[in-house]
Amino acid sequence: MDDNEYLEIYEKAINIRKSILKLSFEANSGHPGGSLSIADIMAVLYFSEMRINPLETKDPNRDRLVLSKGHAAPALYGALKERGFLSEEDMSGFRKIGGILQGHPDMKHTIGVDMSTGSLGQGISVAVGMAMAGKLDNKDYRVYVILGDGEIEEGQVWEALMSATHYKLDNLCVIVDNNNLQIDGTIEEVMNSYPIDEKFKAFGFNTINIDGNKIEEIQNAFTCAKIFKDKPTAIIAKTIKGKGISYMENKVEWHGKAPNQDEYEKAIQELNKQMEQVKQRIETRAK
Amino acid sequence: MNKDLKIATRQSFGEALKELGDKNENIVVFDADLAGATKTGIFKKAHPDRFFDIGIAECNMVGIAAGMATCGKIPYAASFAAFICGRAYDQIRASVCYPNLNVKICGTHSGLTVGEDGATHQMLEDISLMRVLPNMKVFSPSDDIQTKWAVEEASKINGPVYLRFSRLATPVIYENETTFEFGKGVCFGTGNKATVFATGSMVYKALEAKELLEKEGINIRVVDIWCIKPIDRELVIKCAKETDKLISIEDHSIYGGLGDAISDVLIENYPKKLIKMGVKDSFGTSGKALEILEHYGLTTEKIIENIKS
Repeated sequence: MDDNEYLEIYEKAINIRKSILKLSFEANSGHPGGSLSIADIMAVLYFSEMRINPLETKDPNRDRLVLSKGHAAPALYGALKERGFLSEEDMSGFRKIGGILQGHPDMKHTIGVDMSTGSLGQGISVAVGMAMAGKLDNKDYRVYVILGDGEIEEGQVWEALMSATHYKLDNLCVIVDNNNLQIDGTIEEVMNSYPIDEKFKAFGFNTINIDGNKIEEIQNAFTCAKIFKDKPTAIIAKTIKGKGISYMENKVEWHGKAPNQDEYEKAIQELNKQMEQVKQRIETRAK
Repeated sequence: MNKDLKIATRQSFGEALKELGDKNENIVVFDADLAGATKTGIFKKAHPDRFFDIGIAECNMVGIAAGMATCGKIPYAASFAAFICGRAYDQIRASVCYPNLNVKICGTHSGLTVGEDGATHQMLEDISLMRVLPNMKVFSPSDDIQTKWAVEEASKINGPVYLRFSRLATPVIYENETTFEFGKGVCFGTGNKATVFATGSMVYKALEAKELLEKEGINIRVVDIWCIKPIDRELVIKCAKETDKLISIEDHSIYGGLGDAISDVLIENYPKKLIKMGVKDSFGTSGKALEILEHYGLTTEKIIENIKS
């Protein structure tokens, strides 16, 4: 990945974060913490990794994404807007009557959403079904699914992982957003699912540990996943809940709370500053 | 009705699936380690590439079926009614009905007629559970001919359908090649003493009662409500207006099932007393299927008694 590609994806991740904040602020509701933690993953998926076309949203050969942790919908909507699936107008009315952006992803309302999710633990099974259909039809599309680290406490997840290995779904890539926080506290406090990577390995997955807020690491992991045959891949992405906004980072109270006017403005300023810093760093390096 | 030819609707289901699979490449079938009992094994034998055993994991099975449906397949996911409707309820609700995906939920071994396995396996609440879900349609066919028609009919509906089948072999009611109409009940007879609304494995019992009563000069009508949702409102109202007594009978709880579906229509259109025959706020029990039905009062004699009383 060269500097220009990196910078483009970085900028998209910043814009996705801005959308997350704007959506949550305007709705005065939503889940910014766990949306911000996956913004970098979404930017890589939608601007480098996935074979998708906003003009052919139902193309049977497209790659699919299932956001199994559906409460991170703002991150998905932000990515869909950046990629041209959604317009600025579509972005209004999040979590409001008449709006096309439901509180959790809804494939019947929102273009580009491959599956409705919200009840945790279910999206992974759906992704397995999509990957099985791809194998059955000899199509080469790939299926991506994002799980929360709290979400993997649901038993259905492990049923689905078992079946993914059983059916040798190397067209399936599972990403675990390991931000270490769920509503009632840390993962260790509420229901300790560690070591996550060892569990996935035991279920027969090609397992990769990465820093899920580092664009190059995310991209490299997807590349490894793609060339790995006969087994599905799990990317255990260590992330920071609330990533990018100083006062939200690693704070569980930002799981399901919207910023107020002051907080919103401060957050946007921080993101603008981050963007400037990265641009400067790259310019300096080029000289 | 051919009393000498008895076929369990689960058997008819398996055979119909195979036939449907011959004709339609998009049909895929899922089971949760019960292919021998649910009879999806018949499909598996003919179309092994389109049959998927998901193991003892009904929630995952329904989710996988939903995923396949998003890719243009027509999945039929089968297990015992207790497990697919009960265990996987939230998956049916959130991953199938909410996005209105083209998944057919197939519950075999419904009701008391499961027999010896007892209460955990005797699903008496599935009609209630499936009926309340938006986008879901509920089919509860009464014999071999109707089951085969209903299995194919479900494939023509672009959305979720619940198909309810029984373990017990019951008489074949309809003539070969009989066709039915979506959302329409089948009315036997024109008598005005009573209407017995029946569904699934109870229809033949109602027909037996009708036959016995005719010998005594009492004329009733029997309505086979094979499509519980949407229910045939017009026919229910017509029978309520034209007959003295109304009875419903189902191998299911009296809460939320056929009886309540009929009550809903009556109360809004033509309030009239309905005697609901079914399981009254109770679990099932082990035993021989016909003995259990007798134990719970689901017999031809009880229907006659209710009509005469």
